[in-house]
Amino acid sequence: MWVDTFFFYLFALVTLAGGVLTVTRRNAVHSAMSLILSLIGVAGLFLLQRAEFLFAVQIVLYVGGIMVLFLFVIMLVNLDQAARMRQFSGQWWLALACVLAVAAQIVYVLSRGSGAFRFARPEPPARGGNVELVADVLFKQYLLPFELASVLLLAAIVGSVIMARKRI
Amino acid sequence: MKPSFVPTAAEFLRLSPEILLVLAGTLVLVLEGITGGRRGRELGRLCLAALWAALIASVAASRQPGLAFSGLVSADEFAGFFRVVVIAGGLLVALFSGPYLRRESAERGEYYALLLYSVAGQCLMASAAELIILFIALETSSIASYVLAGYLRADRRANEAAVKYFLLGSFASAFLLYGVALVYGAAGSTWLVEIRAALARPPVAATPLVGAAAAFLFVGFAFKVSAAPFQIWAPDVYQGAPAPVAAFLSAGPKAAAFAGLLRVFMTAFEPVSANWEDIVWISALATMIIGNFAALLQSNIKRLLAYSSIAHAGYVMVAVAAHSSIGTAAAMFYLAAYVFMNVGAFAVVSYFARQGERYVQVDDLAGLAWKQPAVAALLSLFLLSLIGVPLTGGFFGKFYVFKAALEAGLVWLTVLGLLNSAVAAYYYLRILVVMYMREPAEAASDLTPPTAPVQAALWASAVATLLLGIFPSAVLEYASQAARLAP
Repeated sequence: MWVDTFFFYLFALVTLAGGVLTVTRRNAVHSAMSLILSLIGVAGLFLLQRAEFLFAVQIVLYVGGIMVLFLFVIMLVNLDQAARMRQFSGQWWLALACVLAVAAQIVYVLSRGSGAFRFARPEPPARGGNVELVADVLFKQYLLPFELASVLLLAAIVGSVIMARKRI
Repeated sequence: MKPSFVPTAAEFLRLSPEILLVLAGTLVLVLEGITGGRRGRELGRLCLAALWAALIASVAASRQPGLAFSGLVSADEFAGFFRVVVIAGGLLVALFSGPYLRRESAERGEYYALLLYSVAGQCLMASAAELIILFIALETSSIASYVLAGYLRADRRANEAAVKYFLLGSFASAFLLYGVALVYGAAGSTWLVEIRAALARPPVAATPLVGAAAAFLFVGFAFKVSAAPFQIWAPDVYQGAPAPVAAFLSAGPKAAAFAGLLRVFMTAFEPVSANWEDIVWISALATMIIGNFAALLQSNIKRLLAYSSIAHAGYVMVAVAAHSSIGTAAAMFYLAAYVFMNVGAFAVVSYFARQGERYVQVDDLAGLAWKQPAVAALLSLFLLSLIGVPLTGGFFGKFYVFKAALEAGLVWLTVLGLLNSAVAAYYYLRILVVMYMREPAEAASDLTPPTAPVQAALWASAVATLLLGIFPSAVLEYASQAARLAP
């Protein structure tokens, strides 16, 4: 059991560290690399939940496909000048205050023990393999959101083309 | 939910408005590609026809209320009401977008396609019975409207509007999604009805997660309706976006976001209402005060209407704070009246602004009454309705909202809200004074009469505003029937 706990904290740490590095690195390529670290951490968490299919998808699609696209775009666009520019961080004290407030809340809730977090337990999944379960949920129950997501992406693609075009 | 996932014909009918809009939007995109971007006017007509068809479809869909698509969509009377309001807003905006875009020589199919996608997202927001579909619908509506805000690429202000709207909007969407995740953690479901059942059990309702989830969801919705303290984006975006887009943003997305807010808080979070009533109360008051007092200082009419639209979101919030089916009905009526009067006012602004939006100051309107008496009279009607003068839709909207608040025992909120609407009268009347009592300014001198589509949009909004003001009972009755959300 302690192995599970150990790996949970390990992957959670990797995820968080990757996330922090992503937003703090000045060089966009470094940020993208840190994001890969974070995504690998999430993939590990999926594996701990015995969601092997999601683990594989996370690695293949996000770490493999989408991140390559990110890097491709970053290297295509000239970001050298942007990296040398001073970052807008004039509101850092406000951000710090917000972070401290949220941290205090989290500490308070944690100090009340695990009873403060009463999670609902979803019904255990019916029999069947990992892939089958995902397919069942995605293509039967959530068919409509799945299709609607394509409309969302289409709108986003049209939007990015409009924004990138030189003239209307 | 259900064993069979293959949708029946009745389920397709219940989703037909959204299906029609998405298909038409895609058709517009394809035709745009085939015709090489030279047929903007015809594509605009196609867009109008699709919106008409969707309007008819939503009326037909509300005749057969029920769930559809594994219970994700609930095409009840509530959804029907908001679908009609949202599509009508889109229809009016599409009408006067054409002349505006032709003036800027930017009439292309993409504009109409994005408009259709956005309206489809809004319709689905009003009918979502589950949080995941609600989120995706909201994102579809938002992404399309971010792009519309920056549609005129050459305009720096439009660029600023689009970037601001996009960054802040994405941030708000993330809050909403976080809220959805937390509520799933606490209640074990994303179906509104099941969340309600779970929260009715005291141990679940008492977990801090539920409070956090409700707060995050409220933040997400409050941003979309531009309620304080998440209203900062509205003035810059409305001022920078092209005038028809500003009209669109102030109508459809706002009504749809209120539909989502009402449905989520009146259905799912109903059992824990004691925890969120005060937040809504404070937000309503702050929204009214910020909107009205900031509007007093504006000289740009688009910015003025932006602050006025914040203030109106505050009035609707009062109805939400009333937290009763009467309050829900009042909010619905108010939003219907608001969409028509506000889109009408923006239509006049869009007509008057001329190429490159040169004339958008309040002072530019001087003498409009002598040059175009009919337009001036219609704008006066919209402004009087926004003030809440009797015989207009705005009057009964405010009347029902404050009546619901009084019945819910929110005496102070009602008093402060009424004082606020008295303050609001000042800046609306200032426009009337400039229009009627000043010598014609240079801006009004070379004004050509409005084209037929603009006239149609103006007259339709005016007729709707008057109808809601003279015969409010039919709409209100329908709204009160639809307002019984909680099963």
